[in-house]
Amino acid sequence: MVQRFRLPEGGLIDRSRPLEFRFDGQLLEGFAGDSLASALLANGIHLVGRSFKYHRPRGIFTAGPEEPNALLQLGEDPRTDPNSRATQTELVEGLSARTQNCWPSVRFDVGEVNSLVSRLFPAGFYYKTFMWPASLWMQYEAVIRRAAGLGKSPTRRDPARYDKTFAHCDVLVVGAGPAGLAAALAAGRSGARVLLVEQDHSLGGSLLGDPEDRIDGLPALAWVAEAEAELAAMAEVRILRRTVAYAYNDHNYVLLHERVTDHLSGEPEHLPRHRLWKLRAKQVVLAAGAIERPLVFADNDRPGIMLASACRTYVNRYAVKPGERAVVFTNNDSGYGAAIDMRAAGMQIAAVVDLRENPEGPLTDAAEAEGIRVLAGHAVTGTQGRLRLSGIRVAPLNAEGDRVFGAGEPIECDLLAVSGGWSPTVHLFSQSGGKLAWSEEQGCYRPGEAAQATLCAGAVNGAFGLAGTLREGHQAGEQAASAAGFPPKQSKKLHFEAGDESFLPARWLWLVPSDKPLGRGGKAFHELQNDVTAADLHLALDEGYSSIEHVKRYTTTGMGTDQGKLGNLNAIGIVAERLRRPLPEVGVTTFRPPYVPVSFGAFAGRDVDELLDPIRKTAMHGWHEKNGAVFEDVGQWRRPWYYPRGGETMHEAVNREVEACRASIGILDASTLGKIDIQGPDSAEFLNRVYTNAWSKLGIGRCRYGLMLGEDGMVSDDGVTARLGEQHYLMTTTSGNAAAVLAHLEEWLQTEWPELRVYMTSVTEQYATASISGPNARALMAELTDDIDLSPEAFPHMSLTHGTVAGLPARVFRISFTGEAGYEINVSARSGLALWQALVTAGEKYAITPFGTEAMHVLRAEKGYIIVGQETDGSVTPIDLGMDWIVSKRKDFVGKRSLSRPDMLLPDRKQLVGLLTEEPDTVLPEGAQLVEQLKPEPPMTMLGHVTSSYYSPNLGRSIAMALVKGGRDKQGQRLWAPLADGRKIACSICEPVFVDPKGERLHA
Amino acid sequence: MLLIDCPYCGPRAELEFSYGGEAHIVRPKDPEALSDAEWGDYLFMRKNTKGVFLERWCHSHGCRRWFNVARDTVTYEILAVYEMGSEPPALPERNLV
Repeated sequence: MVQRFRLPEGGLIDRSRPLEFRFDGQLLEGFAGDSLASALLANGIHLVGRSFKYHRPRGIFTAGPEEPNALLQLGEDPRTDPNSRATQTELVEGLSARTQNCWPSVRFDVGEVNSLVSRLFPAGFYYKTFMWPASLWMQYEAVIRRAAGLGKSPTRRDPARYDKTFAHCDVLVVGAGPAGLAAALAAGRSGARVLLVEQDHSLGGSLLGDPEDRIDGLPALAWVAEAEAELAAMAEVRILRRTVAYAYNDHNYVLLHERVTDHLSGEPEHLPRHRLWKLRAKQVVLAAGAIERPLVFADNDRPGIMLASACRTYVNRYAVKPGERAVVFTNNDSGYGAAIDMRAAGMQIAAVVDLRENPEGPLTDAAEAEGIRVLAGHAVTGTQGRLRLSGIRVAPLNAEGDRVFGAGEPIECDLLAVSGGWSPTVHLFSQSGGKLAWSEEQGCYRPGEAAQATLCAGAVNGAFGLAGTLREGHQAGEQAASAAGFPPKQSKKLHFEAGDESFLPARWLWLVPSDKPLGRGGKAFHELQNDVTAADLHLALDEGYSSIEHVKRYTTTGMGTDQGKLGNLNAIGIVAERLRRPLPEVGVTTFRPPYVPVSFGAFAGRDVDELLDPIRKTAMHGWHEKNGAVFEDVGQWRRPWYYPRGGETMHEAVNREVEACRASIGILDASTLGKIDIQGPDSAEFLNRVYTNAWSKLGIGRCRYGLMLGEDGMVSDDGVTARLGEQHYLMTTTSGNAAAVLAHLEEWLQTEWPELRVYMTSVTEQYATASISGPNARALMAELTDDIDLSPEAFPHMSLTHGTVAGLPARVFRISFTGEAGYEINVSARSGLALWQALVTAGEKYAITPFGTEAMHVLRAEKGYIIVGQETDGSVTPIDLGMDWIVSKRKDFVGKRSLSRPDMLLPDRKQLVGLLTEEPDTVLPEGAQLVEQLKPEPPMTMLGHVTSSYYSPNLGRSIAMALVKGGRDKQGQRLWAPLADGRKIACSICEPVFVDPKGERLHA
Repeated sequence: MLLIDCPYCGPRAELEFSYGGEAHIVRPKDPEALSDAEWGDYLFMRKNTKGVFLERWCHSHGCRRWFNVARDTVTYEILAVYEMGSEPPALPERNLV
C-alpha cells in the first residue's frame, strides 16, 4: 500500500485522510482529494485498459472529461457504472474499479492478437466484412459486441434514486475557472440570479493545475477561495459542483447533470444519486475552457504517453509523479510548463522535443534557462515499450515538416508528455446553434456569431492568457447581467493583474512524419478511444469519401463515448492536408449533446413503475378488485375486462356474462366514457357543425347518437349527446378519446368559429356511471326509484330524466350499447360505489351479473355497433361503415365536402361487412387478412381485414366484422383468411347485424 | 425546448403547448361550391417556410387557448405572439417567404 509515486509534499489532497480502494481486485491506497486516475498513478499504475479494436495496452492519457482510455467499470452489480472516466471519478473509501475490454486480464489480453492481424480491420471494416449474407448479421453483431465491448450494464434493477428538477436564472455561467469565476462575480454583484456550474468538485479550473499563478498579488488558489467566499455570500448566486452542462438547446434551455452522492461513501436517504436540471437561463456565459490536443505520430498510444497539461495537473494538483524520466513533445510554448513543473517535482527531463524550428515563448525561455535539453525542429518518430513506455526515437525534421532525417536518436524514458496546442471547448456553443470560426493563428475553431443569448469568455473564446481571461470573464458577466436587467452597480475595482502569456506561436503539423511510411512503422492514432489511425483516414479518402461527415462515420472517428474531444480536429487537419485544401473548407463535424455521457437513471428520474404513467380508476374500482375482475388498460383508464368465477377461463367467463345480459340483467361500470358539458346559446349550431347529423330539433330530455369526422371526412369519434336544457348539452365520447375530442372541439370553436357563444368543460371525472341492461333492467330500476316513470311511453329509448336512484340524486339515460333495454345511471363520482352496491344487492334476485369490456364488445358486435378505433383506423368514412343514414344532406359539417372527393366515391373502397365462418366454432383472429382467391403461398391479393371477431354464446357460433373492398356488393360471397400458422379459414360475407336486427329488445 | 409567451399566461415551456400548423388558413364559407382541387388545396396544402412562419399554438396544458406565433424556422426565434383572429404584426419583410 505504498504510494510510490506520491510526492512528499504539496498538492490539493488531504494526506490525513487515506482512502482504500480496489483496482481489478488489488487493494490500493490514495488520499481524499484524489481522482481515481491520480490515485492509480500514485501507485505507479498507468495501464488501465485495452483498446477497442486492436486490444493495444492503453494508459491514463488525460486528467479530465476528454479521457479516451481510462474508462473503468465502477462498483458491483447492480450498483455499477460502465465506461466511467477515472480522471473524473472522485476517490472514495471502498471504491471498486475494474478494467473493461480485456480477457483474461489487462496485462495479458487474448484480444491483443487483433493487433497482429490489424490489416483485417481497415477503415470501414464493418461495412466490408459483414456485408453478406445479411441473414447472418445478428450473429456477426453478437461476436463483434463481445470482442469490442465497452463496460457492462447492470443486470439487475438499479437501487439508487434519481431526480429531475426545473430551474430559472438570469445568468448561467458554465465553468468555474478564472473566466467563469470572474463572470459569476460580475453578474452576482449586479444582483442578478446567477447559477455557476462546475463539473469538478473544486472551483478554479485550470488554476487547480497551475497554482504558481498570481492574481492581484494573491496566489491563484487564494484568489479562488476569496471569489468562492464572496459568491457563497450572495443570496441570488448558486454554485453547483460536480455538475456538467451537457446540452444547450433552443431558447437558452440548458440541461445539467449533477452527481449528488457519488463522492460519498454510502448513500444518504434524503438525497438522490444524480439530479437532472432543466434550466432556462436569460443569458448564458460559456467559460468552458479549452482541451489540449495530442500530436499524431507513430505509436503515440502507449501507456506512459500523456497530455502535457495532464502531467502538470498530476504533479501540481495531486502531488503525483506520472513517471521518473520524461520527454516532452510539443509544438508550442505550453509544453515547457510541464517540463519545468515535473523537474521541480524531482523528475528527470530527458529532453523537450519541439516541432518548432525556432522555439520561443516565456516558458520556453525559462526551460532553456534551467538547462533543459531542447531539440528544436525535431519530431518523435517512434516509441517502444509494451505495457509501459520505455523509450522513444527522435529525428530532425525538414523545413516543410513532411519528412525526417534518419532513423533517429533513441532516448530512454517512461513518460512522454505531448502538447499539440489547444482546442476551445466549443461544444455547447455549437449545440446552441452558434457558428464556429477558424483561427489560423491559434490553430483552432473558436466561437463565432452566437445564435442565442450567449457570451463566451476565456479559453473557450481563444483567450489563453490569464489576465485576458479574467477581464473577458468579468466583462461577459457584466454584459450578461445587464442584458438580463441588472446593470452593474458601483462595485469594487477589479485589476486582474496576472500573467498573460499564451502558448503561441505554434507550428501546426497535423500528422508528424516518421522515417517509415504511414501505416508501416507503427500506428499513428488520432482517435484513441475508437482505435482509428491517420492511415485509416487516408484509406477512406482514397476510397472516395471526401465529406468530413462521411469520413467520420466510415472510420468511426469521434464516435466513441468521448465524441472526439481529443481527436476530431487532428482528423480534420489530416484530411485537409491529404485533400490539399485549406482546413476550414473541410468543415467541422457536428457537436451533439450530451457533452459527456449522462446516466440513464438521471433521464428516467422518478418516472418509473407506477409513476411512469398515471393510472385512472373509477369510483367502483375497489369493488371490481374485490370481486376478482381482470383489468385491461383503455387509455390511462383501468377497466374490468371480465370477472372470472371459480376456475373459469376467460372464454367461459365472457360467455356467462354475455348470456346473462341477454337472459336477465348485466351491470357495467361505464364511468370512463368521456363526458363534455356544452352550454351557451349557440350550442345546437355548434353541434350541427361538428357532427354529421342534425341537432337543432333534438328535444330537451332526448338523446341522439352522433358521428364526428375530421375535415378529411374520416370518422374520428362517436357517442351519444343529450339535451339537458334549452342551451345545455352533455356529450359523451369514447373512453380513450375524451381529451382529444375536447381539444378538437375547442380548436374549431376558438380558431374557426369564435363568433359562436359556446362553452365546454370536461365532466368525465365528476360523474360515476353504472350501466344496467337486459330484460330485467326495468324491473330492477323500479325497485330503486319511486320518482321516475319507467314506462316506455314516459321514458323511451334515447331519452333521459332526473330523479332519485337508490336514494341518490341521479341523471338516468335510457340508452344501450348492448342491444338490450338499458339504463345508464349517473351519480356524483363520490356516490358511485354506493350506487353500484345498491344495484348489485337489489339485483341479486335477478342474478345480476357484472360484465367487463370484453362481454360489452361481444354484445355490441352481435348488434353490429362499431367501435371507433377498432372498426375505424383513420381511413374510414361513415359511408364505408354503411352509416349514410346519419350523414345529413342538408347542412354543412366538418368533413362533409371531403366525402364527395373522387377517392371517396370509388366502388372498391373498404366497406364494413359481417363475416360468418363456415366452421361455426372457429373464431377468426382480429387483423386477419382476407382474400378471394386462395393460393398455396403469398402473395395473394388482399381484399381487407377482420376488425372485430368473437364467439357469440347467444348464437352458439363465431361472428366477425371486417372491412372488405367493395364488400357491400359481395353479400354471401366466400372469402378466405389464410393465417400465419398455415390454417386457411373459409367464411362468407353477411350483414353486420347478428342479433335482433329490428331492435325489438332495445325498445322493449 | 422553446419558451413560448402565451398571450394569456406568460412565458411557458414548449411541453405545455401543442402545435397547430400554419396559421391564417380560413375554412371556406361554402365548401360545396369548391372544386375538388380547391378543397384539396385548403385541406392538404401547407407552406414549408424557411424563415418567418406564421403558425398556431394551443396552451393545452395551461389555459387551453389557441393563439398565433410568428417564428423563424431557421433560428427558432419567436418574433411575435398574437391573438387568434387578429392580423400578424409588422415583421421584417426580407424574412417573409
